[in-house]
Amino acid sequence: MTNSIGEIKECDFLFVIGSNTTETHPIISLEMRKAVSRGAKLVVVDPRKTELAKLADVHVPLKPGANIPLLNTMCNVIIAEGLYDKEFVANRTEGFEELKSAVENFTPENYAGVIGVPAETIREIARAYAKADNAAIFYTMGITQHTSGTHNVLAVANLAMLTGQIGKPSSGVNPLRGQNNVQGACDMAALPNVFPGYQGVTVPENVQKFTEFWGIPQSAKVGLTVGEMMDAAHHGDLKAMYILGENPMLSDPDINHVQQALENLEFLVVQDIFLTETAMLADVVLPGASFAEKDGTFSNTERRVQRVRKAIEPLAGKADWEVISEVLTAMGYPHKYASASEIFDEVAKVTPQYAGMSYARLEEKGLQWPCPNADHPGTKYLHEGKFSRGLGKFTGVDFEPPAELPDEEYPFVLNTGRRLYHYHTGTMTRRAKGLNAIYSEEFIEINPADAAKLSICDGELVKVSSRRGSITVKAQVTDMVQQGMVFTSFHFSEAPVNFLTNSARDSIAKIPELKVAAVKVEKVS
Amino acid sequence: MADNVTLTIDGQKVTVPAGITVLEAARQMGIDIPTFCHDPELSRPGACRICVVEIKGWRNLPPSCVTTVTEGMEVETESEAVVEARRTILDLLLANHPQDCMTCQKFGDCRLADYAYRYGLKKTTFVGEQTNVPVDESSAVITRDVNKCILCGKCVRVCAEIVGRNVVDFVSRGFTTKVSPALELGLGEKEAGCVSCGSCVAVCPVGALTEKNMQGIARPWEVKKVKTTCPYCGCGCNFDLNVKDGKVVGVTSNPTSVVNGRHLCVKGRFGYDFIHSSDRLTRPLIKKGGKDGDFVEVSWDEAIRHVASRLKEIKEKNGSEAIGVLSSARCTNEENYLMNKLARVALGTNNIDHCARL
Ligand code: SF4
Ligand code: SF4
Repeated sequence: MTNSIGEIKECDFLFVIGSNTTETHPIISLEMRKAVSRGAKLVVVDPRKTELAKLADVHVPLKPGANIPLLNTMCNVIIAEGLYDKEFVANRTEGFEELKSAVENFTPENYAGVIGVPAETIREIARAYAKADNAAIFYTMGITQHTSGTHNVLAVANLAMLTGQIGKPSSGVNPLRGQNNVQGACDMAALPNVFPGYQGVTVPENVQKFTEFWGIPQSAKVGLTVGEMMDAAHHGDLKAMYILGENPMLSDPDINHVQQALENLEFLVVQDIFLTETAMLADVVLPGASFAEKDGTFSNTERRVQRVRKAIEPLAGKADWEVISEVLTAMGYPHKYASASEIFDEVAKVTPQYAGMSYARLEEKGLQWPCPNADHPGTKYLHEGKFSRGLGKFTGVDFEPPAELPDEEYPFVLNTGRRLYHYHTGTMTRRAKGLNAIYSEEFIEINPADAAKLSICDGELVKVSSRRGSITVKAQVTDMVQQGMVFTSFHFSEAPVNFLTNSARDSIAKIPELKVAAVKVEKVS
Repeated sequence: MADNVTLTIDGQKVTVPAGITVLEAARQMGIDIPTFCHDPELSRPGACRICVVEIKGWRNLPPSCVTTVTEGMEVETESEAVVEARRTILDLLLANHPQDCMTCQKFGDCRLADYAYRYGLKKTTFVGEQTNVPVDESSAVITRDVNKCILCGKCVRVCAEIVGRNVVDFVSRGFTTKVSPALELGLGEKEAGCVSCGSCVAVCPVGALTEKNMQGIARPWEVKKVKTTCPYCGCGCNFDLNVKDGKVVGVTSNPTSVVNGRHLCVKGRFGYDFIHSSDRLTRPLIKKGGKDGDFVEVSWDEAIRHVASRLKEIKEKNGSEAIGVLSSARCTNEENYLMNKLARVALGTNNIDHCARL
């Protein structure tokens, strides 16, 4: 997030696109409610009629994959009507002409049909966004989990920069990070293309710097992403994997492919708190420690680094950081840390955004990065006065439809997401008695009109199939979803929807298109 | 200065910002005025009247939570008349309150009991009919005992004003008013619309709303509270893990949490019992007898030596690029940093990723 959670209540205009915030980020949705009760305008763009959509002044029931048409038409209106922030565009950005020509044809009239709302609605939203004192955009996977994911994100940035709605309190671009420490895992360089603190591996100075820091020559070759690792394992190029606390056998698209890939490995290590679907395939399983059993830090979606404190002894005797240091040591690279705090001090030395942090300073309220030195109070919102690269760059992006669209054989669009009561592949929440009692089984949502056509009743078992596999799951007949779309989550191993999803990936960020796959739905008699 | 007013509370002169309440002014001075219905985060009904004070020249005893300070005001917070009024209020509350404190989940952490103790009320002087309705156990996570409710209305307000769900409200039926979901539904019934966030539990001053999974497990003074960060979504809420005898027995709000205050969602508040799930892995496992073999429990030493030597072997034979590392968005920064070192230092590859994209 460029803004802070605490700033949300002061927003005048909230543009929430592809985020079912009430279920995926409940506490952030409470702040959004505060803004709305203060009189802020709320526009929710979501193919489903979510709870937040019901609270909205305007709900745009976006057709699948139509993010760019919507964002581009908004830019088109704002430029055509002269509503853009001329000063901001002149002083803080470059590439305006490129954007202008890229969105020229994106008139609301041309794209209203693709988007799914009348042209006038698009105009109104665009105007209100541009004119608001403090407008903020919020998005999650509805933007990123598409083959056009990277372009979607650029289109969001274009809109914000065009109107100067960024770099101010309560105004900016706010991707809401899904899991507790996605932000931190990225900051710490659990990524193939960067060293800690987003220092690119292809930059010679960085390679030099980390070679010195760590005393081991560093590679300047960008590594493989998860999906590419699976492909490489499939081909036999990747021989071994070490997987910590992840369950790709349920979370990743096209599970059959993942299973074959993992089975093809010569050696697989899985470190986890449970014998997950993935751990079952391992050669060695190392027991992990839960968050209650170790010291450490998590970085939340507003870049706040906060303490995780050990409340009980690790059930298996070791915290994960101890296990990893022991593996490092056994491989011939001695790593001895007396505490998690010592590791954090090393992190602060090599990660510019964390340079001013220490456990002592995090004790009370944590700190929001960037925090470059020990006196720095942390940063509430990003891009004040200047973007990290200097000038903000507009990038014109064109509309590309999703990789797989419905056809005669597979007439429905399958959309996937999360539920309030569960988390990721359910390894934790499915074992929480209360949560599992409240939400003990998964459904696939289908519109009443479609259900009637297929004579499917609420609660009836249906078979859902795509080109990659099929699952059986109970139907929930609801107008939450629009006609022609079905929706479910990936939390339940009994309804492993990722057998169906498409692993087609965005060519730049390599995010799989989990929001759009073509499926057919049949009644199980 | 026009923005400040000076008044006297319990004989002490104090200068405070204009516009604040007598209650807030007293709290700034460290004077503890009892409250039931007041909550700084919620609207102020001024209804329970336990916070009454005596103000020189005023005919009635006003509730301090809704009385604004004025210049020269002289306030007594524990005068004889105030104490008398509070005793009467408590007496009336106790008249319709079960006296099963000994087995109450809130024992030791109950405002009604605390104030009854403070004002020396051993038992009620009124005799009459008491509310006697079955305890609502329909929710999987919250036990709702209406008999213990003192009608402060904080759950009603927190659910409406903060959570935005309006699940519970005052309903009037015969001689008693009570707080209930619409149509007297159980809290756990789907139509009630409760999302089990437990914010109402966090604000309830008595034992009317309690965490179901903590019943009979631990007394407030037996638990050690450890503030930590939620392991679920990216909001980064903080809360207190309640620990007894080396086990996590519950989660309670920690009001000093910067992101969320006392509020949590159902996952953060009620999703912790996976920690002691019986199928947690506690010993390292090595699959013996090939890919289709069985897992055998081994020592940490053996497991770590095996992992290290197999990885080294493969690295030597097939090169660094033949190995991949998947780190975790659920693990700590420190662990992710070490996984990054495992890939880049020990294995010599940038093949490291995690499921940020999923
Ligand atoms: S648990 Fe949350 S939603 Fe349910 S009644 Fe209490 S405050 Fe309202
Ligand atoms: S309590 Fe709920 S909203 Fe808060 S961090 Fe945990 S999962 Fe997210």
